[in-house]
Amino acid sequence: MNVLKSGSQAVRIEQDVVLARQTARKLAVEAGLRLVDQTKLVTAASELARNTVVYGRGGDMDWELLEDERRKGLRLTFRDQGPGIADMKLAMTDGWTSGSGLGLGLTGAKRLVDDFSVESAPGEGTRVMICKWT
Amino acid sequence: MERIPILRMGDFLLVTIQVDMHDELAITLQDDLSERISKTSARGVLIDISALDMVDSFIGRMIGTISGLSKIMDAETVLVGMQPAVAITLVELGLTLPGVITALNVERGMNLLRERVQSE
Repeated sequence: MNVLKSGSQAVRIEQDVVLARQTARKLAVEAGLRLVDQTKLVTAASELARNTVVYGRGGDMDWELLEDERRKGLRLTFRDQGPGIADMKLAMTDGWTSGSGLGLGLTGAKRLVDDFSVESAPGEGTRVMICKWT
Repeated sequence: MERIPILRMGDFLLVTIQVDMHDELAITLQDDLSERISKTSARGVLIDISALDMVDSFIGRMIGTISGLSKIMDAETVLVGMQPAVAITLVELGLTLPGVITALNVERGMNLLRERVQSE
């Protein structure tokens, strides 16, 4: 698997969520994802970017445009240095929220993409990776 | 401050969302709309989201809140113009917008509002 292009941008304040969405859309188009898949990836990115701002107290989004023999993909990683997730099983339960949200952020994002992984420990921040392929 | 315009058309209010909404803008719209319903005694609210290329759980929740809020204030809300890709994504995300009435476009939404208001 080759990385064609990569970059990073800050996700600190609420307006950064909009910017993260716009970057995700631009790259999804560049990767050649079809419209529905673009929309799914952008929506997942929006949920995760908001989590980064609200729960992670700000962080960054790394992006990579990928290519293997048959297809192209876009991988986004959201990382923060926030309080982390104490109970991963609970956090991955539909409808569960530690804040005032709907509790669809993590589980919803997972459903919208092809690859999903989350790493977190209390006090050590959170890292969520999503990827969508053509 | 940036605001989403609310137009009055007789008994109804028309909101066309044409910008990529950040969270604060969504909350401002909620406040503005409830105030306008109260001031104008509007019977219905039409929210056109045909220009939105994505609706996440935050925007979805805002739409649900506006719908519930206007109902309490004796006005119906109809959501119109959702793009097919947005609809597919919303369902997969797990957001089905319970209690929100939808129509395919502004014209059908207007007809629906008139019918509902007349039948009351």
